[in-house]
Amino acid sequence: MSEAEPRKHLKKQDFLLIGILLGGIAVLFLLQAPWDKTAGGAAVITVNGVETGVYPLDKDAVIPIQNAAGEVSNILTIKDGAAKMTEADCPDQYCVHQKKIRHKGETIVCLPNQVVVTVTGGTASEVDAVVR
Amino acid sequence: MEQKNKPSGVKRLAFLSILLALALILSHVEALIPFSFGIPGIKLGLPNALVLLALYLLGEKEACLLSVTRILLSALLFGTLLSFLYSLTGGILSLVVMILLKKTNRFHVVTVSICGGVTHNLGQLLIAAAFVSNLKVFYYLPVLLLAGFLTGALIGIISRELILRMSHFFRKEL
Repeated sequence: MSEAEPRKHLKKQDFLLIGILLGGIAVLFLLQAPWDKTAGGAAVITVNGVETGVYPLDKDAVIPIQNAAGEVSNILTIKDGAAKMTEADCPDQYCVHQKKIRHKGETIVCLPNQVVVTVTGGTASEVDAVVR
Repeated sequence: MEQKNKPSGVKRLAFLSILLALALILSHVEALIPFSFGIPGIKLGLPNALVLLALYLLGEKEACLLSVTRILLSALLFGTLLSFLYSLTGGILSLVVMILLKKTNRFHVVTVSICGGVTHNLGQLLIAAAFVSNLKVFYYLPVLLLAGFLTGALIGIISRELILRMSHFFRKEL
């Protein structure tokens, strides 16, 4: 059990497995199309899987978000075409420290409050119907 | 120094206890290091170096015991129920993968650690997606997997050095 002393160097099978992993991660990055900087049309707020609101990004707004228990737990601020979580009642404050989101697909998650904010594309007809 | 009747058992127990104490301290130290790229939950995974040490020097059962007790105790000391569930899922998933990879006896510690890091973050993201009932969480998948890869590589290199040095001291009595 304990005789497996680590080898000094990595071997062919190590590089193969590491290569496959890195390749997989690279593909996942590419699938997100990071060069696609399509300006988002609206911020969609979801609480525990239930969509609670769609807000156009071209209109400045301060939006209180209620968590699943019905208390206001987060505040989303839309300003200059970007959405940012400006307040959260959780101790870790991860979502508040996340960058502003303005491009299609970008997402802010507040795990303790089960809040997910996603930017949807500006060209999607469904969004246009809501926004305009 | 040691009891003659069961030296290896006593020594293993003592060693495992030291590892657990160290892992708990590292869990706390890790929480003190500001190490975030605006992405929730990226950590170095320092305690994992000790889990790897237990896996290579003591065995699979001991590594499982160390990992689970470490996660349970650090959740009681520093965490919440939610952080406990995340750690437990990630910890168990990565441990299973690392044990299986090590069992093949074909992979380097660094490779085993990298796979552990990647699957740890994957497990946490799966729990996160289930908790918020939203697949949009997978937006973070590539970044989290890359983070798991890099931290896993770092921890793997540390573990290799530790195992090389500790096994020399340890094998005499085993």
